[in-house]
Amino acid sequence: MTTGTKNTKNTQNAKSTQDSKTSREPGSLGTKKHEEPGSMSTATPTRAPHDDLPGGHKPEAGRVGGGMFDPKQLVKSFPDAVKKLDPRVMVKSPVMFVVEIGSVLTTVLAVKNPGDWFGWAIAAWLWLTTIFANLAEAVAEGRGKAQADTLRKAKTDTVARRLKGSSEEQVPGTGLRIGDLVVCEAGDVIPGDGDVVEGVASVDESAITGESAPVIRESGGDRSAVTGGTKVLSDRVVIKITTKPGETFIDRMINLVEGAARQKTPNEIALNILLASLTIVFLLAVVTLQPFAMYAKAEQSMIVLAALLVCLIPTTIGALLSAIGIAGMDRLVQRNVLAMSGRAVEAAGDVSTLLLDKTGTITLGNRQASEFVPVRGTTEAEVADAAQLSSLSDETPEGRSIVVLAKEKYGLRERHQGELTGAEWVAFTAQTRMSGVDVDGRKVRKGAAGSVVAWVEEQGGSVAEDARALTDRISEAGGTPLLVAVEDADGARVLGVIHLKDVVKEGMRERFDELRRMGIKTVMITGDNPLTAKAIAEEAGVDDFLAEATPEDKMALIKREQAGGKLVAMTGDGTNDAPALAQADVGVAMNTGTSAAKEAGNMVDLDSNPTKLIEIVEIGKQLLITRGALTTFSIANDVAKYFAIIPAMFAVVYPGLDKLNIMSLHSPESAILAAVIFNALIIIALVPLALKGVRYKPTSADRMLRRNLGIYGLGGLIAPFIGIKIIDLLISLIPGL
Amino acid sequence: MSPVVAGVLQFAALAVALGLAYRPLGDYMARVYSSDKHLRVEKWIYKAIGANPTTEMRWPAYLRGVLAFSLVSVLFLYLMQRLQGSLPGSLGFVSIPADQAFNTAASFVANTNWQSYSGEQTMGHVVQTGGLAVQNFVSAAVGVAVAVALVRGFARSRTGELGNFWADLVRGTVRILLPISVIGAIVLVACGAIQNFSGIHGVGQFLGGSQQWNGGAVASQEAIKELGTNGGGYFNANSAHPFENPNGFTNLFEVFLILVIPFALTRTFGRMVGSVKQGYAILATMVTIWVGFTALMMWTEFHHGGPAFDLAGGAMEGKENRFGIGGSSIFAVATTLTSTGAVDAFHSSLTGFGGGITMLGMQLGEIAPGGTGSGLYGMLIMAIIAVFIAGLMVGRTPEYLGKKIGTREIKFAACYILVTPALVLIFTAIAMAMPSTLTSLTNSGAHGFSEVLYAYTSGANNNGSAFAGLNANTPWFNTSIGLAMLLGRFVPMVFVLALAGSLAEQTPVPETAGTLRTNKPLFTGLLVGTVMIVAGLTYFPALALGPLAEGLAS
Repeated sequence: MTTGTKNTKNTQNAKSTQDSKTSREPGSLGTKKHEEPGSMSTATPTRAPHDDLPGGHKPEAGRVGGGMFDPKQLVKSFPDAVKKLDPRVMVKSPVMFVVEIGSVLTTVLAVKNPGDWFGWAIAAWLWLTTIFANLAEAVAEGRGKAQADTLRKAKTDTVARRLKGSSEEQVPGTGLRIGDLVVCEAGDVIPGDGDVVEGVASVDESAITGESAPVIRESGGDRSAVTGGTKVLSDRVVIKITTKPGETFIDRMINLVEGAARQKTPNEIALNILLASLTIVFLLAVVTLQPFAMYAKAEQSMIVLAALLVCLIPTTIGALLSAIGIAGMDRLVQRNVLAMSGRAVEAAGDVSTLLLDKTGTITLGNRQASEFVPVRGTTEAEVADAAQLSSLSDETPEGRSIVVLAKEKYGLRERHQGELTGAEWVAFTAQTRMSGVDVDGRKVRKGAAGSVVAWVEEQGGSVAEDARALTDRISEAGGTPLLVAVEDADGARVLGVIHLKDVVKEGMRERFDELRRMGIKTVMITGDNPLTAKAIAEEAGVDDFLAEATPEDKMALIKREQAGGKLVAMTGDGTNDAPALAQADVGVAMNTGTSAAKEAGNMVDLDSNPTKLIEIVEIGKQLLITRGALTTFSIANDVAKYFAIIPAMFAVVYPGLDKLNIMSLHSPESAILAAVIFNALIIIALVPLALKGVRYKPTSADRMLRRNLGIYGLGGLIAPFIGIKIIDLLISLIPGL
Repeated sequence: MSPVVAGVLQFAALAVALGLAYRPLGDYMARVYSSDKHLRVEKWIYKAIGANPTTEMRWPAYLRGVLAFSLVSVLFLYLMQRLQGSLPGSLGFVSIPADQAFNTAASFVANTNWQSYSGEQTMGHVVQTGGLAVQNFVSAAVGVAVAVALVRGFARSRTGELGNFWADLVRGTVRILLPISVIGAIVLVACGAIQNFSGIHGVGQFLGGSQQWNGGAVASQEAIKELGTNGGGYFNANSAHPFENPNGFTNLFEVFLILVIPFALTRTFGRMVGSVKQGYAILATMVTIWVGFTALMMWTEFHHGGPAFDLAGGAMEGKENRFGIGGSSIFAVATTLTSTGAVDAFHSSLTGFGGGITMLGMQLGEIAPGGTGSGLYGMLIMAIIAVFIAGLMVGRTPEYLGKKIGTREIKFAACYILVTPALVLIFTAIAMAMPSTLTSLTNSGAHGFSEVLYAYTSGANNNGSAFAGLNANTPWFNTSIGLAMLLGRFVPMVFVLALAGSLAEQTPVPETAGTLRTNKPLFTGLLVGTVMIVAGLTYFPALALGPLAEGLAS
């Protein structure tokens, strides 16, 4: 938060209202793109070519969708999948490593006994199982590669103009060190991440954000951070380099989207441990089966045992696990969010408290004038006219909204400053908290109640008795009253009050209801006084609010929630947000924010759209659900495979076991082969699901569990019975078998 | 009344009795393990063993207590048997050979009570009452102590302290097992079980020849044998012997004793974690499996076709006429779903499926309701696995009772579920690969394999019942089953306590609408499914070659 917000806290409620005009709450930094929430950019160069990008922060489009899955990607990624057969790579996934060993083993056995079609078939399908698993990962990674390539283009080898004393020297961008000062002028590509220490410039950041409108970067304050690879469009700035070459934001982005920096997340590691232990259990079950079988005089070939093992170990989830993780990160990247760690994505699913900044997230960027209220003895039209006139010199969004309201509601044509000759304009400043005009012997002013009252009294006028009552009424309703006053032949007097109001975004209440059903508490953070905050909180339907919030208050709130075991997510952009961003479990820094904020957070939103926090939570949840669903499915699959393979192995010696062949599979060979083929094909069949994520709809845990258990648990039990039967039918149609 | 109806009514009566005992006993046990007070007799014991019952222990200390106590117990029991020949009151029995003494010592300390000897022909009063019966108490108390430590792990936060092992051990014995055993023994004596220290009587048989009847403190040992889910009989015939289990009522009463603590511990668990509903969910899971297994057992035993079976009204081979098919089925399921292993019928003579049901019951890990203590911690581990696999499907990283199931927790749980399958399968495989095994088998084919599979299943899961037919009194079987029992008992305890320590250190996660409800029927269904799939699938191939092959053949 900025110092402006602090002022709000230090001054008295209603009188200080116009202070908030100058305070820039996070998310309303004055860059143009926030004025129209919902206008998320499309067709950006940093994105993968998926055309189903979600509607961003439009509430009704809140469902997390995923990227499209194009079967062509499978073909394209095939060479990468083969490369991944390297045992040193495979060993990272214990389940698939076992399959690879099985593939090698069966191949060796098939070579030894080349006449055995069954051995060759099993060997081939085991290899395919391994490759399919690699393919899933390769496809997931491939989607990131396209993005990385575009980013690399932005990171051309720039030449930096380093300041040395008062002279400049030309050094390669890679030769810069932290603390170096470099000069950038219009047309220059900024050579590294840093803070502007001198000057103001407009910068084209489209290489990173995909947003083509230039942004202003200036020294001091919260808009000083610049990113290497972006381009200065106008003016000249001096930049102090804050990161080492190779560790810049764009480097990290490339690593992230490529998956090179991907580390297994805690839950993924835990799941891997469980899968490994299940693999060991089934390995034991299969290895020990041979002595049992020998006793039963039904010794099994190694090929059959390998086939059984591969069918039993959780290959489906083992194959798709890393693809699910990569795709989860990718879904964030598609929404222009960069997660600096996978841990943060998982934490997002666990978040139980969301700290949402009021401005930009819950309400539209700024307060807007909603009505003109005259004091006794004046008319609304008079107030509207004076309000419009006095606001022409007020370029703040609030000031603009007064002009707009006057035009829309009272049909007052917008006058331009140039139209009025001899007019003396009084521009709005944070100090005077007033704006106005002196024209034709008439002085019109509008501004914060305190300032206007003081002005009227200074001019020897009197304040209407009911003005106080009117401002109080507006304050109590959560609005911000501005007074309109005039001094003319009749003396100085207050004409009326302008009601400035926060406009809650459409659909937010429903959104918060959904979050509540998911067990997530929403806390609105605002610099407003408690009265105003309460009114907006009620209107928006958030669970709680923090009024007159300072960064310290925010920090304290986070710590309090965390002490109760809750995970907290927040957004922020200012340098003084940095400690809170670091403390939060999910800290989303706005890309427009300072480099300190970006360092502190574990995610960066390139669109700088605070509403996205909600989507991030949903993506985190979807990632975990997908992982759980496929694990459940994978384990449930085993039941059917037993019914296929066990009778095939032992019905010869114990004919009674043929009663377990409830699918009435054609022959022992076709039964085993069908199980192996099903096991391989199900991986490919589930790749789109792993990449897109399972359908996710915010609802209570109970309903979600019931639904997913039904689909993936019961489905996992039943599907392989059908699948294996069909494959067996097809195999039995092959002549000669 | 038809035998089927009688069986069902017996089962219903048993369920009602267990239901009546559930709340008072569960609440009482929760108070016992939460109380700050020490009874006078307990203070004497603490003084005698030099333990401070108020010191809080972290998991390594707690584990050291468990292991040290058990090690001393094994040594003590081993020496007692080795020296039996020189001890007074031994009825003239000689000292036990080393391998069998090791096996028996391991067996009783591990709460298994696998017996490769015939009680009445091997063990005198001193060993039976002074050694074996004592272990029947304390080995059960150790099990409950470990379970309570795990429950404390869930209940406590930001500590790592799990209570005091010595206090838990002593209290469990003095305040829970002893009083109930005394009542149980009196009931059994009243119903005809014997309780004396008389010697061996030669008795003539009706059809000529002679028979020896042993006296002994049978009823007292019988009560704790069932109550502590031990199962080691005074006589070789175990609970099929009329001195141990005289009639249909005592049969049902013994089943009641077997099940009452393991079921009631779920209440204790609920009380201690502050939500009895959580305990009900675990209870419901156990009951579902127990009722299902009993129903299947009755079905297969009553249903068994063929002229001889039709005449007898079902598969009567190996069953006592006093108990019939119903009573025997109830007993067989209860004894194998717990770590008891007492038998009132010969499991080897059950139908193929019936034998399979007893084996599967043990292979599930004996968790429905399982052994005293071990059943609860086994089921809680399965709950953790279930929460971990399916809990992700609500879109949060898994948590159970407000504790995150992270890498550390799942590592311990995964190791836990590895231990017994590894022991059962590896030892069975080695045994089957050894030519000498064939000479120990009474049967060939699938049934012969079942004998060996059953032996290691029973040993590693600390059940102790035997599929009669296997001559297990050989150095190999004595040693390997002894090892399986010790490892199957204490290695999982290491993981349980480590897990408990890890859970106790956590800050609890508050429950929200987004939290997976673990106190709902849906979770119970999920847990039943997880138990059946994760534990059941491990043994499917082995079961297919034994009981399934046999059962499906007819």
